Amino acid sequence: MGMTMTQKILAAHAGLERVAAGEYIEAKLDMVLGNDITAPVAIKEFEKMGGKEVFHKGKIALVPDHFAPNKDIKSAEQCKFMREFALAQEVDNYFEIGEMGIEHALLPEKGLVVAGDVVIGADSHTCTYGALGAFSTGVGSTDMAAAMVTGEAWFKVPSAIKFNLRGRPSKWVSGKDIILHIIGKIGVDGALYKSMEFVGDGIEHLTMDNRFTISNMAIEAGAKNGIFPVDQRTIEYIREHSHRDFQIYQADEDAKYDKVYNIDLSKIRPTVAFPHLPDNTRTIDEVGNIEIDQVVIGSCTNGRIEDLRAAAKVFKNKKVKKGLRAIIFPATQKIYLQAIEEGLISIFIEAGAAVSTPTCGPCLGGHMGVLAEGERCVATTNRNFVGRMGHATSEIYLASPAVAAASAIAGKIFNPEKIGGQGDEN
Amino acid sequence: MKTKGKVHKYGDNVDTDVIIPARYLSTGDAEELKRHCMEDIDKEFAARVEKGDIIVAGKNFGSGSSREHAPMAIKASGISCLIAESFARIFHRNSFNIGLPIIENQGLVKEIEKGDYVEIDFEKGSIFNITKNKTYKIQPYPEFVQRIIQSGGLGNYIKEKINE
Repeated sequence: MGMTMTQKILAAHAGLERVAAGEYIEAKLDMVLGNDITAPVAIKEFEKMGGKEVFHKGKIALVPDHFAPNKDIKSAEQCKFMREFALAQEVDNYFEIGEMGIEHALLPEKGLVVAGDVVIGADSHTCTYGALGAFSTGVGSTDMAAAMVTGEAWFKVPSAIKFNLRGRPSKWVSGKDIILHIIGKIGVDGALYKSMEFVGDGIEHLTMDNRFTISNMAIEAGAKNGIFPVDQRTIEYIREHSHRDFQIYQADEDAKYDKVYNIDLSKIRPTVAFPHLPDNTRTIDEVGNIEIDQVVIGSCTNGRIEDLRAAAKVFKNKKVKKGLRAIIFPATQKIYLQAIEEGLISIFIEAGAAVSTPTCGPCLGGHMGVLAEGERCVATTNRNFVGRMGHATSEIYLASPAVAAASAIAGKIFNPEKIGGQGDEN
Repeated sequence: MKTKGKVHKYGDNVDTDVIIPARYLSTGDAEELKRHCMEDIDKEFAARVEKGDIIVAGKNFGSGSSREHAPMAIKASGISCLIAESFARIFHRNSFNIGLPIIENQGLVKEIEKGDYVEIDFEKGSIFNITKNKTYKIQPYPEFVQRIIQSGGLGNYIKEKINE
């Protein structure tokens, strides 16, 4: 029986001709990632394991992005601890504030992940790099520590679900709407322990930024990874960002899938996930009247340049509803600069939105946009769990940058299709 | 290894943000983390939990973030074993890696109620519900996972590997 794309990458990194779902393997790693929350725990574990030197200075990435720029003294201590380790170990890919970006936007941009890689990161959204045709997955701090020592990690080889994407998405439908639609269909544990393999002729209509968003949220369906085949767009992206050689893997024609879903992208509507689970989705036509207090546009899910362009298109010549806070986070310094050069930042500021240096801050209720009791937020982030962005009674509605921007203008969850024309209620 | 304790019961999709909210993640100290364990869905948990107690929950326990702080906080609280219909995968591997026993079993969860006293014998693969006077069998862990458990977690497993 044939192998899935994921199984082929894992087999190659385990030095095996073939692997089968359920088998335990130890695979060689091309990149090991940690941040200011997870790396300090990993570094202590690394020392306890008897680790002296990291296995490869070029294959470790340490990014202070969660509670950085330091939100308080304790966070400052955690960042300092990670920085000192990075300096002592001469880790190549430590990114200080000023060149730092949100890790999962930063690593592909810096060319640190390419097609065919096996990557683990002590952050659940490490699955983002599946967009590049790599196997990447989130792990905990102890796994990260072990990987820093040995350059390997253990995996149970996953089975897979195939998502056959067909057709072209309509104007205001982005990668975010597609993945929310899929999670709404299969549930938050719909792909538990499995790979999500996206295939089909609809993929040619998805830009790299759309694919990053889709792979990023595979974890929100419980998946181990979410992977795209490598096409011309992927190759162009990798060549533009990286000098590394890459390897293209394809699923065998007779690969076995636990399930196959056929999804017509042209039928997907802008989609919103209501509190308190990402699978609690409604189309924009079904949202009703939900008044909101805050809008956050950014995160490892939706802080890339196309996300900012989509938001700017909606915000142009409009104003954020009086009394509402709109906060925008370009995911990396490069994206920030590009947004300035393209005039997007001016549009945001003229609309009355605040623009911040890159940070994960508000997405996990850390800083820069924490919610008070009973407040409601439309966020382009990835989780709407109880208390995720602040008070346990606050509410998060997950949406695309276009829906978030339209909602900031209307003061309630709103359809971007209706903002530009006479449908604009403001 | 045997363990015995009182059951704390929860529903489906208990995520890592409620197990340990991110606002407390500016430390990796398990003793500090345990004071806030479960507080957004069960304010009394930290005060009520006793050494040896057992958590029983529905499907997809530990979903969300990769934070190892979640199983660390639960373990430091004194919880000796978690039983759920299913576990989110990162939480699943983190628990093994730090030596917190977990049991995935769909039927069992419905049979055990909040406040029951339960005894688990990991060697024999049996669970005895003392309150209901009923015994259940559990599946042994896969061989690879057993090796990690026998080493006392991934840290020791790696240490042994380095010394080989």
